[in-house]
Amino acid sequence: MSKRYETVIGLEVHVELATKTKIFCSCSTAFGGAPNAHTCPVCTGMPGALPVLNRQVVEYAVAVGLATNCTITKYCRFDRKNYFYPDNPQNYQISQLYLPICRDGSLEIETTLGKKKIGIHEIHMEEDAGKLVHDEWEDCSIVDYNRSGVPLIEIVSKPDMRSAEEVIACLEKLRLMIQYLGASDCKLNEGSMRADVNLSVREFGAAEFGTRTEMKNLNSFKAIARAIENERTRQIELIEAGKEVVQETRRWDDNKELSYAMRSKEDAKDYRYFPEPDLLPIVISDEWIAEIKRRQPELRTEKMARYIREFGLPEYDADILTGHKKFADIFEAAVAVCKKPKKVSNWIMVETIRLLKENEMDPEELSFSPENLAKLIELADSGAINSTIAKEVFEEIFKNDIDPEAYVKEKGLNTVNDEEELRAAVSRVIEENPQSVTDYRNGKEKAIGFLVGQTMKAMKGKANPEIVNRMLKELL
Amino acid sequence: MSLTALALGKKIKAKEVSVKEAVTEALEAIEKKEERVHSFITVDREGALRRAEEVQKQIDDKTLTGPLAGVPAAVKDNLCTKGLLTTCASDILCNFVPNYSAQAVLNLERAGAVVIGKTNMDEFAMGSTTETSAFGPTKNPWNLSHVPGGSSGGSCAAVAAEECSFALGSDTGGSIRQPSAFCGVVGIKPTYGTVSRYGLIAYGSSLDQIGPIAKDVADCAAVLEIISSHDEKDSTSLARKDLDFTEALKEDVKGLKIGIPRDYFGEGLDPFVREAVLQAAEVLKEKGAVVEEFDLSLVEYAIPAYYVIACAEASSNLARFDGVKYGYRAKDYEGLHQMYKKSRSEGFGPEVKRRIMLGSFVLSSGYYDAYYLKALKTKALIKKAFDAAFAKYDVILGPAAPTTAPLLGESLSDPLKMYLGDIYTVSANLAGLPGISIPCGSDEKGLPIGLQLTGDCFKEKNIIRAAYAFEQTGNYARSPLGRE
Repeated sequence: MSKRYETVIGLEVHVELATKTKIFCSCSTAFGGAPNAHTCPVCTGMPGALPVLNRQVVEYAVAVGLATNCTITKYCRFDRKNYFYPDNPQNYQISQLYLPICRDGSLEIETTLGKKKIGIHEIHMEEDAGKLVHDEWEDCSIVDYNRSGVPLIEIVSKPDMRSAEEVIACLEKLRLMIQYLGASDCKLNEGSMRADVNLSVREFGAAEFGTRTEMKNLNSFKAIARAIENERTRQIELIEAGKEVVQETRRWDDNKELSYAMRSKEDAKDYRYFPEPDLLPIVISDEWIAEIKRRQPELRTEKMARYIREFGLPEYDADILTGHKKFADIFEAAVAVCKKPKKVSNWIMVETIRLLKENEMDPEELSFSPENLAKLIELADSGAINSTIAKEVFEEIFKNDIDPEAYVKEKGLNTVNDEEELRAAVSRVIEENPQSVTDYRNGKEKAIGFLVGQTMKAMKGKANPEIVNRMLKELL
Repeated sequence: MSLTALALGKKIKAKEVSVKEAVTEALEAIEKKEERVHSFITVDREGALRRAEEVQKQIDDKTLTGPLAGVPAAVKDNLCTKGLLTTCASDILCNFVPNYSAQAVLNLERAGAVVIGKTNMDEFAMGSTTETSAFGPTKNPWNLSHVPGGSSGGSCAAVAAEECSFALGSDTGGSIRQPSAFCGVVGIKPTYGTVSRYGLIAYGSSLDQIGPIAKDVADCAAVLEIISSHDEKDSTSLARKDLDFTEALKEDVKGLKIGIPRDYFGEGLDPFVREAVLQAAEVLKEKGAVVEEFDLSLVEYAIPAYYVIACAEASSNLARFDGVKYGYRAKDYEGLHQMYKKSRSEGFGPEVKRRIMLGSFVLSSGYYDAYYLKALKTKALIKKAFDAAFAKYDVILGPAAPTTAPLLGESLSDPLKMYLGDIYTVSANLAGLPGISIPCGSDEKGLPIGLQLTGDCFKEKNIIRAAYAFEQTGNYARSPLGRE
């Protein structure tokens, strides 16, 4: 049955901007910190406190708008969105409704079906709310305003996506772009990028959209994909059963793989938006836009070209390394230390990606320091450890960000070059494997590989394979 | 406290009076008169005396040389004062002690003024009589059975009763000028953006301005000069280079063009007020001003536009008072929703609730365009009408209020009538213009009448000059309570 239905999806993406200070005061935006450590009269809604706009917020929003081909609103303004909730200290959020900073843009994505343009309806600036902490023991709630006033942009797409694949492609594209602009680190798991999914279904060929629902609490790409599939099925089942889809906001529970209705359109709040009288309209001149463009950091295409030009990397490497901002960051930092670009690239492209896949991790979650990778490369290159050990040590770096030099020393993993020690081991292996010896002597060249392996095993992988090889040949 | 602030400042500088003596005199006056006039919500005796010593030292070692160093001042209770109770005359802030001071208060303190207390006001500055205060009304020092006007009634009464040398007030729709008129003192509402609003607990953000209230024009100009500043903490604050208001204290109005809007002298204007104001115009004419009548237009739309805009902003500004972070929280409640509801129902008085409801209504979806947007358009038209007027005149002259101070209890029963009393003052707020109210006579009961002079934006000096020149022709009349 589901073949007959088309899924229509639009996104509302909140991105926490990477400014050092909050949007309307000079408090730090640092993640964490003791509750209410990063607060002042402004971001706690004290009487008489007034907001002052952080210009960097405007610059980041404009940069994202330009990168998504939006029209920049030259005369834009903030509005107040009124609603009561304790995490919102003023009981209004300073946001934009009437004149958002960016409008009418688009983004090109690539999926298995090819390239496609996704429309951007608008991008607006606003302030984040604080956080409620529910104390079960004391049966009370406490408020932490550290996040209150952290700058956000909300990117609202047009309902142009038709599958989870397109949604993920769109989000990945946005994330990469914003990370390159330096506007945000876009961490879904820490909430610096949050996506709400608006979804409806309709029969193929239908002119009108179906009734949509809005899905919240999606903390990973996988959760987004699961929620889309689930919601699509739920809506189709309702329609098939002759029931109506209710326009409502739903909350995704990723553990149960289910969503719950949060509120319906009937109890949607009237936010009583009106222009924020405490802030002046923002005039964005052509000169300012030019200045923002000029100060833009190196974006992906420029970076790729530079990797090929400056480091002599193959295009294939440069493409993969720049495909995730995190890869590029690690690459550049490690190369700065060890000056061996191709080696660093290999470690990222082979071992790092292998381990990411094995652990079902996102590149964003990489936490090892590039310096440790650089040190490992030095150790392997100097012959202090062999390549098998190097891979083992890298796994430790990947998992626990250990210092490879200290680790190798502590675990005694240095390559054994001592001829006498090796000769004893090789002799023992020859004695214990008469069949292989015979095979080799009868011309089976491959048999020596097995004998090298056995020797390495006996030496717990630490033997210098070149010496072992030479010795075997000598002794046989 | 019979001296003007500047005269007292001079004596302190000349060591004829110590700061402690000046402050003590103010505190004694408060002690003697407060029970009758009730100008203050909080009197900070210890703080003021401690501060007096510090200021005296700084005067002695010449770090403080300004004209108002050591002079005792009162501050309206909607201006935050660090460590000192700041209530907005509301139960909902009955226990609120800010940990920061309003920029205007900081500027005052930097100039060496000694804040002796916080004055009574209409709750959240909503009212024209100081009767909506949760702490009970202030009385008019000229006649204790009359109101002092509002909302800065406490500040004006404190100056008129001579409990302090000068005071700060705030003016959203006439809240400095109207009570100044009723109490026979001088008050200025400066151009919007001249005095930082940081630390002023907002009523209508786009209309609120802080201003001085004093015995005479010179004092007002001096205080305004001190409290005005460009403040980066207030985005609507202006960087002005013409803040030397005392330069305008010249008895010279030759050639000054004064317009009298005919629209201001129609129905509802008390004949005594009319007579006194027109007489004042004659005086200025005799001194060389060019005075003529003209039609301002749109006057009848100012009140509705003002109440829509002010209440809309207030409904949002006052949302933060919810019992969560500070201020009053209801005792018994179940759950968050009830805590909000009970705290706000018990914490706000009826006039504040009325305006929050009105403001919420005009911003509601479906009504926004018909009310709020229309009010904004009206505001723009009113500004245009004033622009046209100021193309011809330097100063617009009229009454500050249609009547003299009403009797206590007379106004609250009919809020609409009370709102209409703001007819001459609200336009200046809508257009962001500076205005001054100075005494120009009294009615048959001996209650003061106020003359209002309004200038174009940034033209405080024009109204200060005209007011000063007019003031030189008469003697400053002291209220009966002040003379005690």
